[in-house]
Amino acid sequence: MRGAKSAKWVAGAIVVALAATACGGGNGSGSDAKGEVDPNGIYSIEVGEPEKLLHPADTMESNGSIVMSGLFAQLVDYTPDGKLTMVNAESVESKDSKVWTVKLKKGWTFHDGTPVTSKSYVDAWNWAANVDNKQGNASWFGDILGAEKLLPEKEGAKPTADKLDGLKVVDDSTFTITLKSPVPYFAYKLGYEVFSPLPESFYKDPTAAGKKPVGNGPYKFKSWDNKKQIEIVRFDDYKGPNKAKNGGVIFKNYTTLEAAYEDLKSGNVDVLRQIAPKDLPVYRADLGDRAVDQSYSSIQTLAIAFYADQWKKPKKIDPKVIQGLSMAIDRATITKTVLQGTREPATGWVAKGVLGHQENGAGDVTKFDPAKAKELIKAGGGVPNNAISIQFNADGGHKEWVDAVCNSITQATGVKCVGDGKPDFQADLQARKSKQVKSIYRSGWALDYPVNSNFLRDLFQTGASGNQGDFSDPAVDAKIKAADSAKTLDESVKAYQALEKELVNYMPSIPLWYYKVNAGYSEKVTGVTYAQDGDPNIEEVQVLKK
Amino acid sequence: MGRYVVRRLLQMIPVFIGTTLLIFLMVYSLPGDPVAGLFGDKAANPATVAKIRHDLGLDLPILQQYWNYMSGIVLHFDFGNQIASGRPVTDVLGDAFPVTLQLAALAFAFELIFGIGLGVIAGLRAGRLADNAILIFTLLIISVPVFVLGFIIKMVFAFELGWIAPNVSNDQLLSEMIAPAVVLGGLSLAYVARLTRTSMAENLRADYMRTAVAKGLPRRRVIGVHLMRNSMIPVVTFLGTDIGALMGGAVVTEGIFNVKGVGGIIYESIIRREGTTLVGLVTVLVLVYLVTSLLIDLLYAVLDPRIRYA
Repeated sequence: MRGAKSAKWVAGAIVVALAATACGGGNGSGSDAKGEVDPNGIYSIEVGEPEKLLHPADTMESNGSIVMSGLFAQLVDYTPDGKLTMVNAESVESKDSKVWTVKLKKGWTFHDGTPVTSKSYVDAWNWAANVDNKQGNASWFGDILGAEKLLPEKEGAKPTADKLDGLKVVDDSTFTITLKSPVPYFAYKLGYEVFSPLPESFYKDPTAAGKKPVGNGPYKFKSWDNKKQIEIVRFDDYKGPNKAKNGGVIFKNYTTLEAAYEDLKSGNVDVLRQIAPKDLPVYRADLGDRAVDQSYSSIQTLAIAFYADQWKKPKKIDPKVIQGLSMAIDRATITKTVLQGTREPATGWVAKGVLGHQENGAGDVTKFDPAKAKELIKAGGGVPNNAISIQFNADGGHKEWVDAVCNSITQATGVKCVGDGKPDFQADLQARKSKQVKSIYRSGWALDYPVNSNFLRDLFQTGASGNQGDFSDPAVDAKIKAADSAKTLDESVKAYQALEKELVNYMPSIPLWYYKVNAGYSEKVTGVTYAQDGDPNIEEVQVLKK
Repeated sequence: MGRYVVRRLLQMIPVFIGTTLLIFLMVYSLPGDPVAGLFGDKAANPATVAKIRHDLGLDLPILQQYWNYMSGIVLHFDFGNQIASGRPVTDVLGDAFPVTLQLAALAFAFELIFGIGLGVIAGLRAGRLADNAILIFTLLIISVPVFVLGFIIKMVFAFELGWIAPNVSNDQLLSEMIAPAVVLGGLSLAYVARLTRTSMAENLRADYMRTAVAKGLPRRRVIGVHLMRNSMIPVVTFLGTDIGALMGGAVVTEGIFNVKGVGGIIYESIIRREGTTLVGLVTVLVLVYLVTSLLIDLLYAVLDPRIRYA
């Protein structure tokens, strides 16, 4: 279970179990085993049908990536407090953060018995980065020298090369990665499953391989019964540190979270990743110490659509106004009541459990203070038209809290605020991507890799992949560039921390709250822990003898 | 009779084309792009999106897309592939339809047997205690929303009494389908009972009934043949259209009981803008509607000799 899983969007209650993780993390809740442990026991997890084929570089949503996390192992992984650990790599080193040398551990094999060599990695990355292979996460290879030849930006463009210039095989267990420019935290990115190796057999028929993946992870693939279940079993020759403590996992598909919860209670499924809103008030009483309630690395914000007339005409909006709006939101009350304790008020832009997370990263602006809010808005020249709207997708269970936030703002400051509900997530995305948001939109972000740059650079740099509100400020861009070219990871993280502290002067978005995992498990299993991405650590679960 | 059937079959062609085209256009005009949607909150690489769209033929003009799609269905029985998973739509339909058919058949049998049974009892005892009891019972069922009924059944039979499993498992046993079928058929059962009751009560006073009784026919034959046969026409009309509704409209029931049938796929396809899957499903459903309505029209002639088709 390694690797942040990128682009796991926070669409709402159903899609909330997201991204990224560390192996062997979590808070160790429920390791008080009483019965005897069956090392070959098989247990089941509630997981929906993966959206796409199981290709490491194309699995972008949580249902697919939890399966992939069992099937593939990457070079590195990280601990819950954000420290790098080696998995398939013996070492990942760089002197200048630009040329990275990877040494592999010897003796690793894929599930089909073929050895894992440096070629397995280089070929897999070359294949995944090529636009002709249509891998959704191909942009992850963008840091590597020559990536633009394989993955051109322009619509309809053809690739002009079939190998990344920056990848060189030195020998069977060594290869080098040359980047376009130094990235101090590049080794962290390597924990993401995009950077998985692929066996020779993959290239003969990638489609078939996507239905029956052969990986190098702690589990091997057994069967996939579409829309019903996927089964993986322990791979006994696995050499990594996170060997499975159970015999296998069945990923069971449910039509609703309510149904899954009922099956948990009647013993038909063992581990849940989330609890439906209907059952939130009762699940602690129902499950006792098998109920899980912990935070993970994901944040919800109100992003400002800076391209909208409201914020740029007649002049660019004063950040004080946005500070004021932020201080008018009573986060503590809303998370407790409307959201039933499933979120935790945010105090900054970087989520918890990420390297470089700091308490109070946003200073005072996340505190509820109606008087100050009014004052700030007045000082900033007032909200244009004295009205705002918050765009959200109505199929994700957001309406309740959007209304609550609006009420809070209106009561505190007198600014009119309405929810602008789009019928579903697709329509919401469409409006965001075609720049038609009228005022403010709901935005969710789950970590891709556990470094604070992921929450700052990828959201607020001009033209960054997650910057859909068109926030742009030369001073911020310059600081991001400086932080990226820092000599060491530590310095880079510190530079980003300083930038987070300064963001209050720009207010690119209003931090609302961090997500929490609300989940549970059955009496049949023990040692269930949840990682930074909110997914259970599947190798850690132990099955009790009946 | 033969000519009538042929004419009706020919009429199906324009209806079929019209409905599929309408659905195709409606899906197309919904805001949201299925390919861009795969990337979620992240910006999508335009070249990758263009490549996916091109490979799926989504970059062609809409009418040409429709033409390619329909000719694929008619000529090769090829419904295309899903956008996200790349699975052939025929596979998806092949997984979902047997389950839905099972569920719909059970629900249909349930509403047929109990609906007509209750209706006959109420009709023959119109105005008396049994009639009133059935009236209250059916009104109650009609007024309770499906999901409430579903949760009540689960609560009582699965959690309190422990007679059934709360959800349909992946084996999809017939015995697990009974609870969802009862919920699904419940509403229609009430309608069938009301229709049968009214129609029976009315026909009891008809001239041919008096004649039949005067001829000295046994009561069983008077009611079983003369009365029933004539009273069934409105009920059969309702049952016929209900088959289609049972198959396509079970989204809520399927969701509650974890049945992976057609309803859930329709919902998911709309959310994800999976046009090909949606049109494929609807195409099959349209055919079901057309065929059942033809069968019903033919049944009329069997039930009522006065109706003739040239």
